[in-house]
Amino acid sequence: MVKPEVIKVIDYTVDVAVIGGGPAGLAAAVSAHEHGAKSVVVIDRNSWLGGILPQCIHDGFGVEETGTSMTGPEYAEMYIEMAEKQGIDIMKETMVLQFDKKREITAVNKKGLHKIKASAIVLAMGCREKTRWNVMISGDRPSGIYTAGVAQAFINLYNIMPGKNVIILGSGDVGLIMARRLKFEGANVLGVVEILPYASGLPRNVVQCLEDYDIPLFLNHTVTCIDGKERLEQVTIAQVDGEMNIISGTEKKIECDTLLLSLGLIPENELANNIGIEIDNITGGPTVNQYLETTLSGVFACGNCLQVYDTVDVLSADAENAGRSAAKNSAIQKKDKKIIAKIVPGKGIRYVVPQIISEPGKVHLTLRVEKPGESSVLHMVAGDKEILKKRLAWVNPANMIGVDVDIPHEVLTSTQNLEVILVDR
Amino acid sequence: MKNFQVAIIGGGVIGSAIARELSMFKLDVAVFEMGSDVASGASKANSGVVHSGINSPTSSLKARFCVEGNKMFQSLANELDFPLQWVGKYIIAKNEEEVRDLEHLKKVGMNNNVPGLEIKNRSEVKKKEPNVSCFKALWIPTAGITLPYQFTIALAENAAENNVVFFLETKITDLKKQKNLFLIKTNKGDFQAGVVVNAAGLNCREVVSMMEEPDFQVYPCRGEYLVLDKNYSSLINSMIYPVPVKGSGVLGVHITPTIEGNILLGPSAEFIGDPYDKRTTNETMNTLFLEARGIIPSLPDKAVINAYSGIRCKLASPESGGWADYRIEESKNMPGFINLLGIESPGLTAAPAIAKEIIKMISHLIELNKKNSFKSRRHRRKRFSEMSAEEQSNLIKKDEKWGRIVCRCEHVTEAEVIEALSNPLEARVLSSVKYRCRAGMGRCQGGFCTQHIVRIMEEHFNMDVADMRLKSPNSNLFYGKTRGNQSD
Ligand SMILES: Cc1cc2nc3c(=O)[nH]c(=O)nc-3n(C[C@H](O)[C@H](O)[C@H](O)COP(=O)(O)OP(=O)(O)OC[C@H]3O[C@@H](n4cnc5c(N)ncnc54)[C@H](O)[C@@H]3O)c2cc1C
Ligand SMILES: Cc1cc2nc3c(=O)[nH]c(=O)nc-3n(C[C@H](O)[C@H](O)[C@H](O)COP(=O)(O)OP(=O)(O)OC[C@H]3O[C@@H](n4cnc5c(N)ncnc54)[C@H](O)[C@@H]3O)c2cc1C
Repeated sequence: MVKPEVIKVIDYTVDVAVIGGGPAGLAAAVSAHEHGAKSVVVIDRNSWLGGILPQCIHDGFGVEETGTSMTGPEYAEMYIEMAEKQGIDIMKETMVLQFDKKREITAVNKKGLHKIKASAIVLAMGCREKTRWNVMISGDRPSGIYTAGVAQAFINLYNIMPGKNVIILGSGDVGLIMARRLKFEGANVLGVVEILPYASGLPRNVVQCLEDYDIPLFLNHTVTCIDGKERLEQVTIAQVDGEMNIISGTEKKIECDTLLLSLGLIPENELANNIGIEIDNITGGPTVNQYLETTLSGVFACGNCLQVYDTVDVLSADAENAGRSAAKNSAIQKKDKKIIAKIVPGKGIRYVVPQIISEPGKVHLTLRVEKPGESSVLHMVAGDKEILKKRLAWVNPANMIGVDVDIPHEVLTSTQNLEVILVDR
Repeated sequence: MKNFQVAIIGGGVIGSAIARELSMFKLDVAVFEMGSDVASGASKANSGVVHSGINSPTSSLKARFCVEGNKMFQSLANELDFPLQWVGKYIIAKNEEEVRDLEHLKKVGMNNNVPGLEIKNRSEVKKKEPNVSCFKALWIPTAGITLPYQFTIALAENAAENNVVFFLETKITDLKKQKNLFLIKTNKGDFQAGVVVNAAGLNCREVVSMMEEPDFQVYPCRGEYLVLDKNYSSLINSMIYPVPVKGSGVLGVHITPTIEGNILLGPSAEFIGDPYDKRTTNETMNTLFLEARGIIPSLPDKAVINAYSGIRCKLASPESGGWADYRIEESKNMPGFINLLGIESPGLTAAPAIAKEIIKMISHLIELNKKNSFKSRRHRRKRFSEMSAEEQSNLIKKDEKWGRIVCRCEHVTEAEVIEALSNPLEARVLSSVKYRCRAGMGRCQGGFCTQHIVRIMEEHFNMDVADMRLKSPNSNLFYGKTRGNQSD
């Protein structure tokens, strides 16, 4: 009998390992390389780079960043080229299974099991879509219920038609874009159902994806029941009141074979969660300081796994920060930083990223407000000292706000909490 | 016309257990199942509990088969390699009055020969189950958990490996006795058999009425469940049950750990008209949650990743209290026609013992001779996620498909999906993959793996996308290719 050969796992050592090769991971890798990291590797489980972008064949990407509107694949290509030019290592079709506190990554691909020791890790795993059960839609469990992103992948990447008579729940941009896409493919889009009193996607998408194609938008409505023992046969939609309770008597049954769910995204953080990196309950992403470093030293986070961004432009800019910090971290290997102050979301504010300030100086904040409003003022206060005051013409939870603030040294010596609040004008 | 010595109607846990038992003998046996896979009915949608036998009145068939079945489980699990854990069960009393119910249950249990029963006080329970709030509890060490669909699949696949023929997507539409043989009409043609076993679950009455006037009614009673994310698996260590609701014939909303780490909340109990109305309802989902929170006050809000329901096949009406014993009998007018009626809970537990009983009944009709070629063992390969780094590396070296992760939540590989799709029953729907290797059962509920499984079905099994289905003959997943690619 042949003695079984003992197979060794394949070992590497790198300065910066980036988990996820979407726009965030690529931007971070490019930036890490530009800031001095010698060996950078990007690991992605897909057979392609660019994350979710290759399936987003509509345009509207990169407007803020480059001034021109690109399609998703074009935008991704821009970063893929940069990464290739810099000689960044790419591992495709490689799934990261875990990493430990010493920053040793275990990943698997068709060549075998890999152990990658990294001086710094950048998390850029993106997010996954909410399912029917995140919003608890009761009824049967037939085929024909897809999340919008999955349906988009089937149509745009695999040329497979998921449905013919379609209802879309959720009016975020993905839902709106899918309404138009399905129409192009000859499907009958019966309507987009939105529980809020307004569409949650961009106004231009409401016009270009729904109005131009006479697709009805049911505001203040939701899907209350799903019928179909095998394939979907019908859904029930109903009106909701100001508290989002269903108004009985308003139920309407609509025959359809497909329900697309565009219910929002959940940052993908199993890897971080598994080793005890602190996760912010509101953002769903890791708690980070201004260098986008998580509560585990040497591990940084960016992109949609840090917080769900509105547009890819802002996301890429933040991801560069993570890449730069990772490069510096790997070069200096400094000791554990002390938490100096926490940023606390106060009145009118849903969340602020970063959540922690560990050094004085210039900090870029991204935040979301709690509800839509007209002109208001954003404040950051430390005890009785005001460090930021910014007027805003209008605010909306759907639009992320970015502000720069300079946090003086003396503030950090006197307080532990920096509160951000929104005041009506 | 194909002729079998024994035809079994229904590929649930009962039909599959009987098939496996019969596959030890020199016999031509067929199982007819209208679903696209075995375990299409109640056998996949239950609590997965291997009951101890304390809940049924002494000397009932339910008590007898439950206690006997429970004792057979460990050796069956060793032979067939399906998951089984003896996690034990607490039935909790909220107050002094309910303690009397515990004492009564304990007495019945002891009469039924259930060992190890003990009433524990609050502090003893707290030590084992810190998240559970109770006054006292009855501890039942012989209660276990299994994965009901994997148990059923293991029985059926082992039977198939021992030459039992499974006809999936094959519905019995009519039965007739012609001299000594039964003529079986199905949507896939006609068959003949010497003995017919009616293990059609909820459809048992419909099948009886193909032969004779049934002397009973079926009262379908739905039970809904919520499935919690694995992140919360540490909330409990054993099963936590309330005292049964009096006069309801059901056990009440309980909290059950599963082998995979997801906790189940449920089931509810609601008598319904349509025996195939497996929907979940808002009201019940809310009630389940509230009732479970009565037992585990710290139950988190956002923990649910799925919901489902299973239908109990009850022979007693709600007015009469909902409790009736099993009926396992050969028809008096139609010798050779064996009926299993009202096999509700603890049917999963009782299945191995019921199967032995059916063999006894068949042995009076046909001479049974053991075959030497019987393979009693079925080896389940370890999952990729359960292997050591060395085992993983070795397999990838042999076949790179072990290095391709297809399901991100459960870390299932392409090799495992192909193995699942190559099952001896030739069940090839998405849920056959899910129940065999867990791809699609995690928190993203198929968001990532569906596209990969579809690709594998196309590449390795030459399936057309238009023929791919979720779970049953008419549950198509797609409408072919997009417009630009229809000629592909
Ligand atoms: C349908 C849709 C339409 C959109 N339209 C627009 C638009 O018009 N304009 C705009 O600006 N933005 C748009 N966006 C948003 C934009 O696409 C996202 O903001 C951006 O792609 C997020 O980038 P990311 O790198 O964080 O995540 P992703 O693009 O999701 O990339 C994450 C990557 O990480 C990989 N990964 C995760 N876990 C692991 C692991 N364990 N091991 C290995 N790899 C892993 C994933 O495979 C993936 O490739 C749209 C998004 C969607 C879904
Ligand atoms: C909510 C609930 C919770 C339960 N919990 C437990 C538990 O924790 N422990 C326990 O021991 N038991 C439990 N049970 C009981 C257990 O699930 C059942 O007793 C068991 O699954 C019954 O198996 P079966 O094979 O008789 O029925 P089924 O699994 O329903 O199988 C019958 C099969 O026959 C097929 N069929 C029907 N008509 C035809 C036809 N004309 N032609 C071809 N095929 C046909 C159906 O498609 C079906 O697959 C529970 C049951 C329910 C509903």
